[in-house]
Amino acid sequence: MSNFEIVKREDFSDVTYLLEVRHPLMARAARPGQFVIVMLNENGERIPLTIADFDRQAGTITLVVQAVGKTTREMQQACKTGTHLHALVGPMGVPSATTHAKKVVCVGGGLGVAPIYPQARALKENNAYVIGVLGFRNKDLVFWEQKFRAICDELIICTDDGSAGIKGLVTEGIKQAVARHSDIDEVVAIGPPIMMKGCADTTRPFGIRTMVSLNPLMVDGTGMCGGCRVKIGDEVKFACVDGPDFDGHRVDFDDLMRRLKRFTKEERLALEHWEKGCRLQKQIDAAAVSPGGGSE
Amino acid sequence: MLEQAPAARARNFQEVACGYRLEDALREAERCLLCPDRPCVAGCPVGIDIPGFIEKVGRKDLRGAYDILTDTNLLPAVCGRVCPQENQCEGVCTVGESLESVAIGRLERFVGDTAIREGWANIPYIEPNRYRVGIVGSGPAGMACAADMAKAGCDVTVYEAFHVPGGVLRYGIPDFRLPNEVIDAEIDNLKKFGVKFECNTLVGRLFTIEQMIGEMGYDAVFVGVGAGYPTGLGIPGDSLNGVLSANELLTRCNLMRAKEFPNFDTPIPLGRRVAVVGAGNTAMDAMRVCLRLGAEKVYCIYRRSRKEAPARLEEVHHAEEEGIEFNWLTNPVAVLDDGSGGVRGLRCVRMVLGEPDDSGRRRPVPIGGSEFDFECDIVVYAIGTNANPIMGQTSKLKLNKWGYIDTDDDLATSVAGVFAGGDIVTGAATVIEAMGAGRKAASSMKAYLGLRDPNLPYLVDADAGDRPFGIDRRERNFVRVRMAET
Repeated sequence: MSNFEIVKREDFSDVTYLLEVRHPLMARAARPGQFVIVMLNENGERIPLTIADFDRQAGTITLVVQAVGKTTREMQQACKTGTHLHALVGPMGVPSATTHAKKVVCVGGGLGVAPIYPQARALKENNAYVIGVLGFRNKDLVFWEQKFRAICDELIICTDDGSAGIKGLVTEGIKQAVARHSDIDEVVAIGPPIMMKGCADTTRPFGIRTMVSLNPLMVDGTGMCGGCRVKIGDEVKFACVDGPDFDGHRVDFDDLMRRLKRFTKEERLALEHWEKGCRLQKQIDAAAVSPGGGSE
Repeated sequence: MLEQAPAARARNFQEVACGYRLEDALREAERCLLCPDRPCVAGCPVGIDIPGFIEKVGRKDLRGAYDILTDTNLLPAVCGRVCPQENQCEGVCTVGESLESVAIGRLERFVGDTAIREGWANIPYIEPNRYRVGIVGSGPAGMACAADMAKAGCDVTVYEAFHVPGGVLRYGIPDFRLPNEVIDAEIDNLKKFGVKFECNTLVGRLFTIEQMIGEMGYDAVFVGVGAGYPTGLGIPGDSLNGVLSANELLTRCNLMRAKEFPNFDTPIPLGRRVAVVGAGNTAMDAMRVCLRLGAEKVYCIYRRSRKEAPARLEEVHHAEEEGIEFNWLTNPVAVLDDGSGGVRGLRCVRMVLGEPDDSGRRRPVPIGGSEFDFECDIVVYAIGTNANPIMGQTSKLKLNKWGYIDTDDDLATSVAGVFAGGDIVTGAATVIEAMGAGRKAASSMKAYLGLRDPNLPYLVDADAGDRPFGIDRRERNFVRVRMAET
């Protein structure tokens, strides 16, 4: 099928990196809004990552990863061009609807900038008027600006410190877009839960339909474990098979954020355990090299 | 049969039941009357020739016993361990009318384990027929169907969404009931039949069932994806951290090896006091896993009485021995918040059995004013599953009103060439029932493809002895090809 070879790696910053993985079948099947589950190695955990792009000609899918926990940091070290992932399964989840709206605000915050791209592109291909709103902490973390300019009718960059675009959160960008356009059909927001919550709160008074892409903890990604259950209005839904897109005005974000902390303690333990291993390895490497004075 | 002592085994993941030694097996085989009505065969979902294999065991012809088992059952080492024999073959055993039934399951396991140890495999002579068969899901239904179709000469590919094959045998049933080596051995046997396994493949999303029978060129497809989609109780506190499904707990522990965290990356919620809601086999597995992970106290909460518990008797018995505290006739009404998003305890109400309901079991009704709280930090739901929605979302397969795949009596779905069986058709059931469904679907697929079904004439000529129509049974039945006899 595919041996999940990484054909391209690009680093956006100290913590954010892009991986292009060869998987022709998946590149063909993927639709905006879907995600994959990745395992780095045999001992690894299964982590969900939203598909940031797919290239049907080249037969690749693109993932943009932020090194925040043990697995994503280990991937940052291990995933180089020419290496392989242990497992990659997808595309998972219900694709986003991209044909119904005439004027859409596509909001991406931090890591959410990458996965909002294929949605914005698909909306543009379906002749929608696309307003991009991208949020970063500062100028140095900005990526894919040109890529977005090529497909957006308007693009608003927001930074926390004002070093690029406007100063403020993405919600500020949404407010500007809403002030300029009275006929926005939909806002699509992808990013950290707190950001998506802010977006939903911003659009609620205007009654603009707001879709968000939820990122709860998952194991299988096929509806089997229920770890990714989220509260949508009065209902319990599984993000992996019923989502990941939901109506942001009905999502219980507080529940989502609480559930994301389920394994905080274990995550810290795993990171410490791994860092200890890394330090030991460094010492071993150093010891192996130093005595002879560099026998390369 | 030898078992690990409860106190010791409750702290390790080694197998509980150690299995027969040869002398145990011989003694047990002798107890079979070889009675003429053979109720056990009818009691077996796949119709194993039970007296036949037991007789071979009694004559120390274990290879012969294995040949008979593999005539009808691909996975003797698995089924010998996990079948609910007391409701099937052993439940109707003639000896059981007056004494303890013959331990058919244990004998089956003994033969299956011997085969694995000796490296036996009955690789039939297979004449390729150039039909391509796709199987969706590598659990017991898919494996059984794959075996039959491969034996019939089809080119079979099994697709699995996880990174390793085996389905519920792998992620669901813990090592102490079904060791991974046993599953590996049975899957290797399938590979020897020419069956190909493709993991990391989510059928429906990577490609659809329609694409399989269309552009991908499969002549027939079997869907055995299991039920999935665990249900919650819908009570206050359901979504607290510390409340999880048995599926999640077991998958983390068994498949992802979270019990070896942090050497394996997947974490598992460890509880000091764990309450498991439900009393089926999955509930028993979840409770016993929690004990082995180091829980001090594990409670079973079930709204009916022990008599109605759907778990196998042996499993309930093992759980009791290991110190699980059973709370029969008890129903949770709320999970209590510890103030920081975790679980502090469970509020329950005592129940009493009332009039029989639609299922014929007496309906439990709450006793007014009997509510009580007890302390626990993890709550595990093992109260069943709903239909997994992926097939319905991605194909034109007709579903029934509960979302399971609709089939006719031959397990054919509404799409020509597509068959389905196992939990995704019936809702959650047992491993052997899924295997039975996989074999039944295979039989229908063969009819659909116009292939001769080697099982059919053999069932019809059951009375014709070893050489019906003058043809040796073993030559028609794809079992071990006989060595030249002089």
